[in-house]
Parts: sequence; structure tokens; C-alpha cells
Amino acid sequence: MDEANMRVDRTSKSDSERRLSTLVRHLGASCSPSHTSISTERFENSKISLSPMAAFGSVFANVVQAPEDPILGVTVAYNKDPSPLKVNLGVGAYRTEEGKPLVLNVVKKAEQSLINDPSRFKEYLPITGLAEFNKLSAKLIFGADSPAIQENRVATVQCLSGTGSLRVGGEFLAKHYHERSIYIPVPTWGNHPKVFMMAGLKPMSYRYYDPSTRGLDFQGLVEDLNAAPEGSIVLLHACAHNPTGVDPTPEQWEQIRQLLRSRSLLPFFDSAYQGFASGSLDKDAHSVRLFVADGGELLMAQSYAKNMGLYGERVGALSIVCKSADVAGKVESQLKLVIRPMYSNPPLHGASIVATILRSPELYHEWTVELKAMADRIISMRQELFNALQAKGTPGDWSHIIKQIGMFTFTGLNKEQVAFMTREYHIYMTSDGRISMAGLNSKNLPQLADAIHAAVTTM
Amino acid sequence: MQAQTRLNLSLLHQDQALFSPHLFLVTLVITPTRTILFNYSLSQKRTLYLKNLAFSSKLQFSARENIERKRRRTRGTKMAFRAMISSRATQQSKWVPSAGVARQMSSWFGHVEPAAKDPILGVTEAFLADPSPDKVNVGVGAYRDDNGKPVVLECVREAERRIAGNLNMEYLPMGGSSHMIEESLKLAYGEDSDFIKDKRIAAVQALSGTGACRLFADFQKRFLPDSQIYIPVPTWANHHNIWRDARVPQNTFRYYHAETKGLDFSSLMEDIKNAPNGSFFLLHACAHNPTGVDPSEEQWREISHLFKSKNHFPLFDMAYQGFASGDPERDAKAIRIFLDDGHLIGCAQSFAKNMGLYGQRAGCLSILCDNEMEAVAVKSQLQQLGRPMYSNPPVHGALIVSTILGDPELKKLWLQEVKGMADRIIGMRTTLRENLEKLGSPLSWEHITNQIGMFCYSGMSPEQVDRLTNEYHIYMTRNGRISMAGVTTGNVGYLANAIHEVTK
Repeated sequence: MDEANMRVDRTSKSDSERRLSTLVRHLGASCSPSHTSISTERFENSKISLSPMAAFGSVFANVVQAPEDPILGVTVAYNKDPSPLKVNLGVGAYRTEEGKPLVLNVVKKAEQSLINDPSRFKEYLPITGLAEFNKLSAKLIFGADSPAIQENRVATVQCLSGTGSLRVGGEFLAKHYHERSIYIPVPTWGNHPKVFMMAGLKPMSYRYYDPSTRGLDFQGLVEDLNAAPEGSIVLLHACAHNPTGVDPTPEQWEQIRQLLRSRSLLPFFDSAYQGFASGSLDKDAHSVRLFVADGGELLMAQSYAKNMGLYGERVGALSIVCKSADVAGKVESQLKLVIRPMYSNPPLHGASIVATILRSPELYHEWTVELKAMADRIISMRQELFNALQAKGTPGDWSHIIKQIGMFTFTGLNKEQVAFMTREYHIYMTSDGRISMAGLNSKNLPQLADAIHAAVTTM
Repeated sequence: MQAQTRLNLSLLHQDQALFSPHLFLVTLVITPTRTILFNYSLSQKRTLYLKNLAFSSKLQFSARENIERKRRRTRGTKMAFRAMISSRATQQSKWVPSAGVARQMSSWFGHVEPAAKDPILGVTEAFLADPSPDKVNVGVGAYRDDNGKPVVLECVREAERRIAGNLNMEYLPMGGSSHMIEESLKLAYGEDSDFIKDKRIAAVQALSGTGACRLFADFQKRFLPDSQIYIPVPTWANHHNIWRDARVPQNTFRYYHAETKGLDFSSLMEDIKNAPNGSFFLLHACAHNPTGVDPSEEQWREISHLFKSKNHFPLFDMAYQGFASGDPERDAKAIRIFLDDGHLIGCAQSFAKNMGLYGQRAGCLSILCDNEMEAVAVKSQLQQLGRPMYSNPPVHGALIVSTILGDPELKKLWLQEVKGMADRIIGMRTTLRENLEKLGSPLSWEHITNQIGMFCYSGMSPEQVDRLTNEYHIYMTRNGRISMAGVTTGNVGYLANAIHEVTK
């Protein structure tokens, strides 16, 4: 191939000359007396088969460049754009009304108290992470009075945010669970199938989003999960489904629970937006707690990236609710064997911040207030965008913007319309039509409304 | 566990008593050895009970009737049985007999075996549990000062003060912090390295040394699926776990010479020569873990030479740069030799020990490529392997590393502190050896000062180590590896005495 040839030619002359001369120097010097352990005789007689690429080629010369990650690649493209009007609605990271990233006050306070504590050390955490963090995280998602926690039936390990929790859970299941199929909603976060495939599971799909109603395809969901083999794993977004923002109602959740339990399907929850969706931590955990209440088993991947703004610190937890304390103990010991060859033990800083906040009633309360403010700002952006499109008379039903919940709106725009908006209006979003509401503010919202209007009317 | 089991046993007997005495005798006759049920697992007891239950009913019906009854009842019986066992065994779990109740009666994970404790991290656990005031922990390789206390370097504290509250916590790019990577490469490849200037190094931030090795192993599996990894004997135990979980087959090469407690150089060279051309080798760049035995500079040159003729790929695991001799440049000598000889190396770097950033998981994986275009391709693929594992690496440790290495004053302070740590360890080696010789030990303890880095491979047997633990409350891994960082002026005498006692 052209590329391969080019690669060889690009090796600069001086490089190859240098390597050749080094090689010649060594081979030529094989008779020097300093080589005491290898007799010159043996050296001359032994076969040294030089592979054709020995002096020049990398063993990785055939590696092709990977395509940009579809989500994180949006920010890369955004960064390259020189236009002052550009708007980044790609990655789901919260932005303030001024378009700036936000470090919560409560997080700053927690960090300061950690820095100022001279007795703090940075030693290795246990493989399972910070114990206090694990307990508090389980209480946060399952509820402090959860029977599963009271009965010590929950194995919780600290992991690297949501991704890490999903991967560790997936690898555990691949090693110890009898079913390899994991049913994933369509659509879902782009990284889900990759995580589970690398973990050794087999991603399958179930219908979730209905493009015609821009809501939940409940019928399709029920049909597909009824058809799944008994014992299959089912991935459920606990709240604020990513990317659609479409969640089942409480009644629908109850039906889903009954369906899963009656067919012995194993629920694997992904909770990345607890508190961020409705503004209430308890309300956003409703679906999970419903499943725990019936006494059955489940997996739960928790992330603090969004709801505490700890994105880059990679803080999360994997909890496995088991039938008995005994089983939970054994499960935890096996989770360690998954984690040790991956990264030995999890990072300390973020978990320390979370533990500091969750254990203090004052800081916890302050956090809930800041969290609600973030959620409220997003809800108000939804309303404003909807109003703006109504005012423009943009064709189509845009009520899904205010019906959907969480950080993202699945606009329903297609690839061509998205590309148009990027080209003409410097709006950056993922090609599936997903916009991050967190990136909107009163300054750039009119621009987005214009862009949508233009895309829908001209394409 | 015992109480639970006995409870089940009593209940089973109670139910069996409902049978006719005739059947009870039959049961005894059929299963004379099984009357002691408390040694059996739950599933074994379940099977036994069901067999007995079926047998008792069978006697009343014809063969065909029995088949029909079995078909109708098996499900019901099993469900009822499981309900009884699980609701009684797990006394507190709620049995809610309403629609859509959890049909799953027993745990999906009940068969999961308890995992064995990690051989290294398990030592500290045992140490913490010991109430003895004399206890000494020379297990885990984490640095301690002369008072036996963990240390946070001053340069780290200062870096943290500068970072806190000033920066946001946004996601790093998938490949990690570019500033941290840049500084890490300068440290490993040389401040003025041409390879860095020519952008030929594919590098990503990794989760300390473990994460860097794992990324490389996954990369190796994906792009050279037929390759294997050659690992020295002995090595850090987790190396085997890493390549195993990455599903890359492993081989070993001889390294440590038990008799001399030094390097088995001729066997090492033989194994390198006998490996098929183009094999992948894991090399400890300096301060070999667990032996502390490193090749000399001359020996490294010969190894490099042989590698060249065999076209082997060297992956350097460098977890102790600066920590071994006190001088990071000197500790990178092996890597620089290979680079001069034109090898395209891989390097897994860790800042856990040399910056004391253990819990922050700060490290870097780099692969030297033929040219810039290839480096871009390789880096993009490394990122693809990190994405489904943790998306992007943690920011805090990376900020500390780049703040320290990027600021001349802080870097100078760091170099002083690293030298201080290395010097203390070298001093302890000398003292331990002197103490043992003074005690009149018949054995040679030269290797204590010949070996380098955090660990000393004492040469003691597992049985001798067990005696040290049980009789003297001294905790170390059973391969006889002593973490010198845990030795202080306060405990070196006690340690020497104990070692002398178990080895004389």
C-alpha cells in the first residue's frame, strides 16, 4: 500500500545510517576481548538470522490510525475551529451561564480541608478503594435505610468513574456469571458496547427510543426483553437516559422490574446523573431502589463525574447487590482479582473529596443545593429553547425538548442536518443529533435556535 | 457459616421425620454414610433431599403415574424447596408473595469461590491486624522515613497547594495530560532527546506502572495477537496477572542466581538467544523487583547487542527511576544504552515511588516508533484501549507531576528529596549487613549491599519467613523479599537479630 511504502521512505537517511553503523559496529566488534561470557567461537558459528526489518522496522509499522472517538472527537474538532461564534454542545460536561466549567463550592472546600490536613498521606488505597467512600456511595444510591445495606449484602468497590465501574462489573460477569449476553438499549452511550466487548461479554440490543414519538418504545422494550434468553444481563440507565433523555415512568419501571425478575434477567444499572436529572437525589434513584426492594440481585455502576463535577478525577463505584452477606464477601474478593491486573488500586484524590462531602451533614446539604441549581439551570434552558423554536415557528413538534430529562436532548436531527449546523453555524454536537443542554446559555441559545430552524427548513 | 449449616441440618432432619418409619430406614440403608449432613454443601443437601422426597412418593404409584407426577411436580418441588432453604438460610430476606416477585430463589453468585489474598498487599493486611508492639512491616514497597512513617515529599505538598482551587477538574483528553507526558518522556528518554524532538514517541498517561503494563499488554494482544511475553524469574507477581488477563501467552527467562544471590548472566543470555526472533521481553530498567539485582552497564550493553541480533522487542518497566542510585539519569542508563543502539523500545513509567504519589496512580506508557506518522497511529490506538477501561486518566496526579517537573525550582527540590530517600535506603543496607556480620552469622550477606533499590532478596526460605512472622512479628513476602524502605535505625538491630536466629 502507498502508506506503507511512504512510511519506509520517510525514515530519514541519517537515522538509518546511524542504525546501520551501530549494528555494524556491534557485529564487527564481536571478537573483542571484553565479551567474556560469549566466546567468539560460539558467536561466529551461531546463526544470527537478521529479519529484513531488523535495523529499520518497528513491529507496529502496520498499525493504522484509529478514528476519533465520536463523542470526545467533537471537542477536538471544536477546539480546532477558529470562529469566535463556535458553540460546543458535544461532551456532557456542565457549563455555567457564562459558558465556563464549574468546580462546586463544596468541592473546593473539601479539597482545601484535604490539603491543609498535614496528617494526610498519599499511600496506596486498598484494591477495593477507600472504604468510607464505598459505604457512603452505597448509601447514596440505595438509600441509608436500604435492607440490602443493613443486611451487608452489598459488595461495593471504588472504580474509575462510570466507565471503570462498568468495565470491572463486566469483567467480573464474564468470569463468574453463566450468561455472556448483555442487552443494551438502542440508542445508548457510544462507549457502552466497547466497554462490554472488551470485558468479554456479548452486546445485544433491545428497542428503547421511538423516533416517531421521540419517546420510549415501551412495547418494543417489553417484546425484546421477553425474547432475551433467561439469565441474560440487561443494561438499564437509572435516570436521564444518555443520549435520548427519555426515561420510563415510575409505572413503567415497575413493569420492567416485574418482567426482568420473572425471566431471571440480571439488571446492570448505569447511574451517571443521580441528582442531576430532576434535582433530587432520592427521586433519581427511584428505579434502582425499586429493584433492590424486591430482594433480588443487581449490579450498579455509579459516577460522580457530573453530579459532583469531578469529571477528571475519575470517581465512581461498582456495587453488586447479592442474596446474602456471605456471597457478597466472596464476590468482593473476586472483584479484587479483576482490578489488580488492571491498575492495582484506584486513584485517591477524587474519592477523598467525595467522602469528605458525603460524611458531613453541612457539606452534604450544601451539595444538594448546588446540584439542584445545576439541574434547574438545565431545565430552564430546555424551556427557553422550546419557546424560541415555537416563536420562530420552526416546523415540527419540539415538545420532546421539555419532555426529555437530564443533560442531553435527542433533537431528532439527522446526520446531514447536524453537519449543516456545524458548517454554517459552528454548532458542535454528536452526529446522532444529541445536544448537551449544559453547554447552552442565554447568549448562545438564539444561535442554536437559528441553526435548528435553518437546518430543518433548508434540508 | 457453621451456625447456618447446623440450622439447615436440623430442619432437614425434622422434615425427614415426617416420612413413614419404613422410608426413614430405607433412607438410612441407602445412604448410610450420609447421615452426617453438615459437611455437605447446600446444593448437595438439596439433591439428597429431593431424591428422598421423590423416592417416598414413588412407592405409592405405578411407573407411568410416577413419570407424570414427576413432570408436574419437579418444578413446584424445586421452587418450594429453594424457597424453604433460602428463606430459612437467609433469615432476614423478605419473601413477598405478590405478582412479579423475584423468581430468582438463590444467588446467581453463590458458586463464586473466595479469592486468595494478594501475596503482597495481603502482607500489610496481616501486619495491621497484629497487636504486637514489636511488629515490623518490611512487606509492601512503600517508602518510610527513619521513624517508620510514610512520607509526602515537600515538592508534592507545594505542588498541591498551587493546584488546589485554581484549576477545574474537566476531563483530560483520552491520552491524558500532554504536559505530564512531555515531562515524563524527558525524564526517561533524556532532556534533549532527538526522539522527543522528532515526535517519534507514542505516549499516553497511564494508571501508574500497573496501568502502563496493562495498556501495553492489551496493545500487544490486539496488534500482534500471535506474540508472547518473556518475563524474568522472579518478577513482581502482578506482571503475570497483567499479561494473563490481557490473554497474552507468557514465557520466562532466567534472571536470578540463587547461589550467588546475583545475576545469572549466562543463563539470561542463553534464554534470550534461544527465544524465537522478534520475541517480546519485559525488562526491569533498574532496581529489579523483587531481587534488587541489576545487570552492570557492560552487561546491559551485551544484552542490547544480543537483542539487536535477535530483533527482540524490549519493554522496560521503570518503577524506581531516581530511587535506585539517587540519580534519575543514572537509573535510566539501561534505556539510554538501548536507545543508542537503535532499539525501538517500550517504556512503562511509574511515579508511585519516586514522587511518593502511590495512591494517585500517575504513570506513562511510551512506545518509540519509526517516525511521527507511526507514533500518531500508535498513540491513537493506545487511546482506544484506554477508552473502554476508564475513558480518560485521573487528573490530580498528572497535575502534580507536571507542576513539579515543569518548574525548575520544584524539580531541583524533588531531585534532592529523591536522593535523600535513596541514600537512606543505601545506608540501611550497609547497617543491616554490618549487624548481621557482627552477630557472627556464618552466611554471606554481601548481597544486601550488592543489590539495589527498595528491595533485598534475602535468600530466606518461606519456612524461615514464616518463623520471622510467627516468632518475631516481622512481616514480609514469603519469597524472602525485604522492603528496605521499612527498615529504620530503630528496628534494624531487631531485624538483624531475628534474621540471624532463623538462618543460623
